[in-house]
Amino acid sequence: MALAFDEFGRPFIILREQEKKSRLQGLDAQKANIAAGKSVARILRTSLGPKGMDKMLQSPDGDVTITNDGATILELMDVDNQIAKLMVELSRSQDYDIGDGTTGVVVMAGSLLEQAEKLLERGIHPIRVAEGYEMASRIAFDHLERISTKFEFSATDIEPLVQTCMTTLSSKIVSRCKRALAEIAVKAVLAVADLERKDVNLDLIKVEGKVGGKLEDTELVHGIIVDKDMSHPQMPKRIEDAHIAILTCPFEPPKPKTKHKVDIDTVEKFQTLRGQEQKYFDEMVQKCKDVGATLVICQWGFDDEANHLLMHRNLPAVRWVGGVELELIAIATGGRIVPRFQELSTEKLGKAGLVREKSFGTTKDRMLYIEKCANSRAVTIFIRGGNKMMIEETKRSLHDALCVARNLIINNSIVYGGGSAEISCSIAVEAAADRHAGVEQYAIRSFADALDAIPLALAENSGLPPIDTLTVVKSQHVKESNPHCGIDCNDVGTNDMKEQNVFETLIGKQQQILLATQVVKMILKIDDVITPSEY
Amino acid sequence: MERVMKDDTIQEKGERARMASFVGAMAIADLVKTTLGPKGMDKILQSTGRGRSVTVTNDGATILKSLHIDNPAAKVLVDISKVQDDEVGDGTTSVVVLAGELLREAEKLVNMKIHPMTIIAGYRMAAECARNALLQRTMDNKGNTDKFRSDLMNIAMTTLSSKILSQDKEYFAELAVDAVLRLKGSTNLESIQILKKPGGSLKDSFLDEGFILDKKIGLGQPKRIENANILVANTAMDTDKVKIYGARVRVDSMTKVADIEAAEKQKMREKVQKIIAHGINCFVNRQLIYNFPEELFADAGILAVEHADFEGIERLALVTGGDIASTFDNPESVKLGHCKLIEEIMIGEDRLIHFSGVAMGQACTIVLRGASEHVLDEAERSLHDALCVLSQTVNDTRVLFGGGWPEMVMAKEVDQLARKTPGKKSHAIDAFSRALQAIPTIIADNAGLDSAELISQLRAEHHKENSTAGIDVITGNVGDMQKRGICEAFKVKQAIILSATEAAEMILRVDEIITCAPRRREDRM
Repeated sequence: MALAFDEFGRPFIILREQEKKSRLQGLDAQKANIAAGKSVARILRTSLGPKGMDKMLQSPDGDVTITNDGATILELMDVDNQIAKLMVELSRSQDYDIGDGTTGVVVMAGSLLEQAEKLLERGIHPIRVAEGYEMASRIAFDHLERISTKFEFSATDIEPLVQTCMTTLSSKIVSRCKRALAEIAVKAVLAVADLERKDVNLDLIKVEGKVGGKLEDTELVHGIIVDKDMSHPQMPKRIEDAHIAILTCPFEPPKPKTKHKVDIDTVEKFQTLRGQEQKYFDEMVQKCKDVGATLVICQWGFDDEANHLLMHRNLPAVRWVGGVELELIAIATGGRIVPRFQELSTEKLGKAGLVREKSFGTTKDRMLYIEKCANSRAVTIFIRGGNKMMIEETKRSLHDALCVARNLIINNSIVYGGGSAEISCSIAVEAAADRHAGVEQYAIRSFADALDAIPLALAENSGLPPIDTLTVVKSQHVKESNPHCGIDCNDVGTNDMKEQNVFETLIGKQQQILLATQVVKMILKIDDVITPSEY
Repeated sequence: MERVMKDDTIQEKGERARMASFVGAMAIADLVKTTLGPKGMDKILQSTGRGRSVTVTNDGATILKSLHIDNPAAKVLVDISKVQDDEVGDGTTSVVVLAGELLREAEKLVNMKIHPMTIIAGYRMAAECARNALLQRTMDNKGNTDKFRSDLMNIAMTTLSSKILSQDKEYFAELAVDAVLRLKGSTNLESIQILKKPGGSLKDSFLDEGFILDKKIGLGQPKRIENANILVANTAMDTDKVKIYGARVRVDSMTKVADIEAAEKQKMREKVQKIIAHGINCFVNRQLIYNFPEELFADAGILAVEHADFEGIERLALVTGGDIASTFDNPESVKLGHCKLIEEIMIGEDRLIHFSGVAMGQACTIVLRGASEHVLDEAERSLHDALCVLSQTVNDTRVLFGGGWPEMVMAKEVDQLARKTPGKKSHAIDAFSRALQAIPTIIADNAGLDSAELISQLRAEHHKENSTAGIDVITGNVGDMQKRGICEAFKVKQAIILSATEAAEMILRVDEIITCAPRRREDRM
């Protein structure tokens, strides 16, 4: 342990309470870290690909989640080990950046670590391994660029986009109706996309779920769905050509923020105060009426009296609408959020062609549809499904699909899927390795081996003999110099991914390789782990 | 291996995980299995909370809702049962049993080393085929009102026959159909009020066309009003508070207190005057009415009812066609509710207010009578199931026969599909058909019949085209379902097939269970 002696031979302590901490150093530390990283990767390995299995996770509170989304599994796993936490982070950053390939990135990092372990055992310095990996990742990165193809689509020809989204969805439980969902995702993204600036604001796509019905009932609504109903049961359930006042102020007398008191000491004061109050309510409603609003959406509640007045004046209202929803409504209807009644004016009203309330099932569930909005850019995907877990999983899957569609709009380069890109990179890296003199050559070669892990896992999950399949495909790559060959997971009969229409985005793949390499480098550089053993 | 997860986290992999989820799911299915069918048994549930209250029920969703379950796969089944309840209201047991049977068959296939994904692919094909088979055989009597009504009656009787109300099922089926037809296509079951009053027998239950409010009439107020004008309100009738923030009363002498009190009283008097000015003779408020205004109302000969619950108010407004008012400044624009007669009636020992001859016929009240609270609770649940199914059927008028008929029809089609399909999938499709046949088997078993004999007879019967045979549990034979009038709603059956397959699929796809350590409750004592 960290114990040092001064010139008189007396020991002094460097680490406080060192006996209470456990410490790993040198090769041991690296091996322990690698083992932790690998074990995380091993959990996710079986979830890869269209035939990947799901994981069932029970949270500390007893809620059950069933998913095969890598990022979600890791997030809910309640990981304790620091290195394992790094892997969780890795998956999460892939999720934030690209939205898809969260499982692949972890599997790749795990296999890189596995290869690194072998190199370390042969006495190669971890830094040299890291440098070799870095070089190899650059080679792979450039190679991906080379084998990528531009991918043509336009707002009218969405078929290619749908195909890509279907690849993403095919590994999820929703694969039963992947076609329909892929179309929904693509239409949603195109609705909010700015094709000229190549920008997509996914915030404009709201994903709502409601238990019940079939997955096939999932629909794309050009407008907003709010999980609220009209404040008064007798208000109209359907409003056409609605002019919407979006308010963040309550239908109540003002509450000045400064401390104050109103003292009532005479009967007159009591009566005037009462009169004023009544007038106040009246004016508020009148104000809304005056600017021509036919629907009031309010962030706050209002009391029964105001509610009745609104109802009375034929002004339907919705109360307790959340802030985010309010913003979306404002964007969709082209209205402005009004914080004070005084500022209400006709220009600030939002417009929607149709607002209707829809009820579901046998319980008292109602939702408000705001459709045919002035600004048609905001859309909602409304998911139905047999149970809560199904809906949650569908939400996650759709999120992946949306991200893929977005990435394609931002950058329309693609590489072929089914492990073909990895195999192709692996061959390229292998070939490049020989040109590097020095220890790094070994690391680069290992990197090539590590890349094979993804097609291997794909084949294994699909019930194919992994090594046989991989070698066949690899030789095909070299012989026919066809970089589109991959693993035939669905037993279609061909392993040309171009024919199968299986592709992934270029940036997604590139990001996977870069992120995985970075994390592995970071883990390799650690040579001392100090943990407080009891806390 | 390095420990990655927190202490107490349980990780189960591969075979073990699959076994754990199969066992859990099947245990749940077996638990509710005995309640299936007309001769299904009930369960007693005792709560762990204070009072150890007891529920006796036969409703799958109610049983499963009250269980504390630790197995994650079992939770999936509980969830589908709940959704079934919310969505169509009936078939909550069947859906769990079918999902359980599907998993039981899947377990056998997994043991034969068939990959779960292959099983799922087979199940999906089979479910699609089963649904189409049902679709082709549905009957739709939308156009013919009389026939449709008899369909509804049959459905209601079939639903009720497995419940506590089965003794008087015809009577209750009549009640339920009447109530639902009054809704005129709306699925809003809130306008059917169910009142439970212990005493009497189940047969004494009745449907009332008007509306019954479980409240007493204030003292000294008229007990009977003809041609009533009703104002339904939601307003404070105690002291009307000044709502401006920070306002408070501060006085320096006793006389001023008296003044303010008088002003307050005056205010209330004005309010009452305004209400009376609407020209009403009945006033129903959601909130409290204090003694003083009540006295004023009594003086004016107006019947005032306080503290009606919110749903009651909404229903009353719906029934009488009035607005729910909260301010009373312009009487001309407030729509008043009307009814022919308001009177106080006695049910058992309780006095209730009865509104009859209401303007809008949409709402009605079903008064349930019965020997004990438990009987009434169960009766309410059964009736609720029947009402749900009926209201769904009114919208989707497709009808099927019952008594295991749909299962046999589907099993036959699925069997044929299995023979046509090459590859391992056909085993899964076969398994699906066996799972479907398990349902009539369980129904027969629960009735104490020789299921093996009956099912084989039934299958032979179904080999003919367009057979209408099913199990007649009462006589213990295979019978013609059309003649016996045993019907089920298509929507319910479809929901059962789809969600059971979905749930089975979800559980099958799992190859690893990670159970996080339960959150420790901090002892604050």
